[in-house]
Amino acid sequence: MKAIKGVEVSIAASVAAKLAKVEVIAAYPITPQTHIVEHLADLVADGELDAVYINVESEHSAMSACCGSSAAGARTFTSTSAQGMELMHEILFIASGMRLPIVMASVNRALSAPLSIWGDHSDVMAARDTGWIMLFCENGQEVVDAIIMAFKIAEDKRVFLPLMVNLDGFSLSHVIEPIDFPSQEEVDAFLPPYDPIYTLHPDKPVTMGAYAMPELYTEAKYAQEMAIRNSKVVVKEVMEEYGKKFGRHYNIVETYNIDKADVIFVALGSVGENIKTAIDSLKDQGKEAGLVQLRLFRPFPAEEILAAVKGVKNIAVIERVMPAGAPNGPLFQEISTVVHMSGAEVSMTNYIVGLGGRDVLPEDFEDIYNDIVSGKNSELQDEKNFTVIGVRA
Amino acid sequence: MRLKSLQLYTDNPEEEFAVSGHRACQGCAEILALRLALKIFGKDTILCMATGCMEIISTPLPTTSWKLPWIHVAFENAASVAAGVEAGVKILMDKGKIARKDIHVVAIAGDGGTSDIGFQALSGAMERGHKFTYICVDNEAYMNTGIQRSSSTPYGAMTTTSPPGKKGIGQSTWKKNMPEIIAAHNVPYVATACPSYPFDLFAKVKKARLTQGPSYLHILSVCPTGWRIPSSEAVAYGRLAVRTGMFPLYEIEDGRWRVTYSPEPLRPVKDYLKGQGRYRHLSEESVAIIQERITSEWELLKYQCTIK
Ligand SMILES: Cc1ncc(C[n+]2csc(CCOP(=O)(O)OP(=O)(O)O)c2C)c(N)n1
Ligand code: SF4
Repeated sequence: MKAIKGVEVSIAASVAAKLAKVEVIAAYPITPQTHIVEHLADLVADGELDAVYINVESEHSAMSACCGSSAAGARTFTSTSAQGMELMHEILFIASGMRLPIVMASVNRALSAPLSIWGDHSDVMAARDTGWIMLFCENGQEVVDAIIMAFKIAEDKRVFLPLMVNLDGFSLSHVIEPIDFPSQEEVDAFLPPYDPIYTLHPDKPVTMGAYAMPELYTEAKYAQEMAIRNSKVVVKEVMEEYGKKFGRHYNIVETYNIDKADVIFVALGSVGENIKTAIDSLKDQGKEAGLVQLRLFRPFPAEEILAAVKGVKNIAVIERVMPAGAPNGPLFQEISTVVHMSGAEVSMTNYIVGLGGRDVLPEDFEDIYNDIVSGKNSELQDEKNFTVIGVRA
Repeated sequence: MRLKSLQLYTDNPEEEFAVSGHRACQGCAEILALRLALKIFGKDTILCMATGCMEIISTPLPTTSWKLPWIHVAFENAASVAAGVEAGVKILMDKGKIARKDIHVVAIAGDGGTSDIGFQALSGAMERGHKFTYICVDNEAYMNTGIQRSSSTPYGAMTTTSPPGKKGIGQSTWKKNMPEIIAAHNVPYVATACPSYPFDLFAKVKKARLTQGPSYLHILSVCPTGWRIPSSEAVAYGRLAVRTGMFPLYEIEDGRWRVTYSPEPLRPVKDYLKGQGRYRHLSEESVAIIQERITSEWELLKYQCTIK
């Protein structure tokens, strides 16, 4: 029998990076990511992890140093949140454009101003088109499994792209959960060492990060776009292999009780657990709601989402970011694009929840369900295209 | 003397690592400085370059003018990229994944990428003690974007963002003293150099290469385009900068200061300023202000060299 331990999820994330035998870590502290980088520093200081830990002076340099070490051929890891991700923003595009398989734990947090250290998805949504593969986790076990899988996906020769493992600040990063850690031998058997195609080495000089004239830029970007689109296959393969080897099975889009649902919630991250609780409670009342949860957000799993919501009358898209003058939240826009392009006739509503760490409860989702089924919410949505749950006018 | 110079030159490696085909302007001393420096750094070198003239003139895809492994990531991060490369190479050697050898990492940026936007990354990397050489190729403005002022632009110089006018004299602040700022980080080897003095440059590159920690070279690199001088005059203006005391050649080795070439008696700065379009608007009064400052800075430097 394997021992399942109660561990803080941040600590578990750093243990996962250790199990992946990361070789260079360049990181800068920011709440709520701090426990991850602190524990990694401990692991390196104690000699438990044979890696170089670079205490950079900013997140901009963290991502820059990660580009350097990954280009040199070392397996590279970092972690950040919120303003840190914004300070990295410029280099996030460069890491993906240079096809460097860096893995980052992104502990999602609200953006200033007003200053808030608590969780929401403002940071990752601002970075969603930086060319990184993005996974979202619902619980601590998923975080550990995703980090180990992340290296295998990112370093696959068909992919060669950086990958962000997203976990909600505090509501996930700081909770203690039972975690089943794979053994080092198991991880080693699953995850081969990083085998780059090109590295910076004097014996075989290469030029990386050159500039492209207009006649080449489009082609380079198109190749990158194809790489991220095609990476979906690899994500699926790796998840399948992981399931076979470790007994924990993952899908890029997870569904819960969708077969008879009148309303399907679509969501990202840890809020999924509360939605499931609401779905169970509604079921006890004879009402049927379902959940479609995206584990993979980039590349966008359009076909899988369409298959999951097929035939449903109502879709409620739940997200944790303010639209900032856009017609709706970013997740809503993406889901509605694929749904409407498929020609499906479905009523779609957009709910903004849990901004800056605001509590979001199972009851909120029961209310949403009831409003949608009774048609009560449609007036509100007509006016604004989205509804912010619990906002005081 | 002439023969001795020749001897010195032939002692140095013939191999070139910055090769022809690049698109630098005629007479660009920035590419000259790098060409000379790379000869001494030699084959086992990895270059990390900031955005700027040297990057743009050398690597339009799919071509390159560098015979060394070379990476460009962005404008403000040559030092942090170099830190990452150094870390990556080190751990791969420690783990036996690549053969152990003395690979040297060199970060290169212009004065803008060094003294302004890249300043924080540079300070961080120097303070952390990574073993690499940082080269600032100082042409005293942002040349790649069309001659805008940097904090390394000298007092009085005209740039497109420090234009002289009814109320302004051009650049209104004094050149930021980068070598001294870097020396304050306890960096074991800091030196100024100029490709108009190639042997002095070679000697300093050699020292930087052998430093077991961070090293910093601040190289004055005349830019005929931005300084508004004939391209044939680049080397001459480099010499004038040194002989007038505008750009003294010195090194700071383990905290000991040493002038490596004494131009005394200094030539008047007006000999240097005249003929450069960027100083054309200066009044005699302004020239006198500059002269006073340069003389006192030279005296201070000599003092630092005697007591340290
Ligand atoms: C974040 C950012 N801001 C601005 C630029 C535009 N830019 C590119 S190179 C450059 C100036 C480079 O000047 P310097 O470092 O002095 O080098 P030089 O070209 O003079 O050799 C600027 C402003 C950029 N690439 N990135
Ligand atoms: S603008 Fe100046 S620094 Fe840039 S390539 Fe031309 S001469 Fe060299």
